[in-house]
Amino acid sequence: MAGTAVPGRLSWEVATVTAVTPETPSVRTIGLDAPSWPGHRAGQHLDVRLTAEDGYSAERSYSIAGAADDPVAITVERLDDGEVSPYRTEDVRVGDQLEIRGPVGGYFAWEAADGGPLLLVAGGSGIVPLRAILRQHEHSGSDVPVKLLYSARTMSELIYRDELDGYQDGVETIYTLTREQPAGWAGYTRRVDRALLSETAGAAGKQPLAFVCGPTSFVETVAGGLVALGFEPDRVKTERFGGTGGP
Amino acid sequence: MSPTSRGFRRRHTVPDGDAARVPPGQYVTDGFPVLSAGPTPHTPLTDWTFSIRQGSSTLKSWTWAELQGLAVETATVDIHCVTRWSKLDTEWRGVSVDTLLDQVEHDAGYVMAFSDGGYTTNLPLADVTGGKAWVAFSFAGAPLEPEHGGPARLLVPHLYFWKSAKWVRGLELMDEDRPGFWETYGYNMYGDPWQEQRYQGD
Repeated sequence: MAGTAVPGRLSWEVATVTAVTPETPSVRTIGLDAPSWPGHRAGQHLDVRLTAEDGYSAERSYSIAGAADDPVAITVERLDDGEVSPYRTEDVRVGDQLEIRGPVGGYFAWEAADGGPLLLVAGGSGIVPLRAILRQHEHSGSDVPVKLLYSARTMSELIYRDELDGYQDGVETIYTLTREQPAGWAGYTRRVDRALLSETAGAAGKQPLAFVCGPTSFVETVAGGLVALGFEPDRVKTERFGGTGGP
Repeated sequence: MSPTSRGFRRRHTVPDGDAARVPPGQYVTDGFPVLSAGPTPHTPLTDWTFSIRQGSSTLKSWTWAELQGLAVETATVDIHCVTRWSKLDTEWRGVSVDTLLDQVEHDAGYVMAFSDGGYTTNLPLADVTGGKAWVAFSFAGAPLEPEHGGPARLLVPHLYFWKSAKWVRGLELMDEDRPGFWETYGYNMYGDPWQEQRYQGD
């Protein structure tokens, strides 16, 4: 679990919203123009300082949604859990300003030199950093095989679905819809458990490098399941939810 | 001045009377979120030891049973995660790090906590002595669950919670400070929540 030091300190900068893209009814991708952005690796996250009209401010961490050569973007899920102050991303407009700093993290990150094969396992909005890794794989012309296993409750909650369906050479995408399936659904319908991992992730040949992101119980089940299937623990990298990366 | 973020409004506030206990930028949760970089290890207690090392030598090591035989303390403390949740009045049982370090001769200035799974985190010696740190194996009256660091984790509640290494297996004594796992990835070397020392340079 060794890493490379991140030099310098992280400074806040004001970024300008360039695009707001609905991904699902409760999820928006916010594209940002950040002139001082120092660059990032796929899978890292950034901090946003949100400021309400009454001056109240709070900082949040969000996974960066794109590859290293993509403009900075975050994908935000609206969580109505009553725990923290709401951020209604449907109200965000092009031209709005947001304070950001980053990138943060670096363990849950991938670039072509890290090799593969890759096994990406996402639960819900845990897809965000894994989508960044998929884009990095595509943009860098990497030829390592990729398998994406993505669990969501319903078809309408699948984030980036068109993009994920569009990957071809060397990228296999497996969905499981755990609450409701469209008519004629031929994919999986159950929560990711050890048996499903055994069917889908069982590796012949070189052991994959696994990235697992989702809610805690999902990550616990998947990471533990992969180790039980024979994955080396240090080849299984985990992150809880898309937005709470880091320690 | 910070630009206003359209769509964002205040809802959550710190509970009445607790404001002085909550560091800047934190919110209070009744839950117990889990964060870790890899699979949860499951070391059998029969194979478990806690060691104090210096360089290549092990100065002292305790089995699980030996650790349980030391003076066990109860600590009721507030904990603060760098991902911005704080949890108040958490109740732990464990052995004070003082009790362990008292059994070795050393003049180290820093320690590196090391864990099953390869996790490490660095701390000044002064922050794990003087009644400020424990090797904790019980939370809220029950054995510490594996996902929260069981069988035992370091508990250093006055620093951000990544310093309270889960699945801890020992301390390496060091003359000079070195970055541990998250510190290598840009997190702060010290991690004082009251100074908001989240990242390098904060």
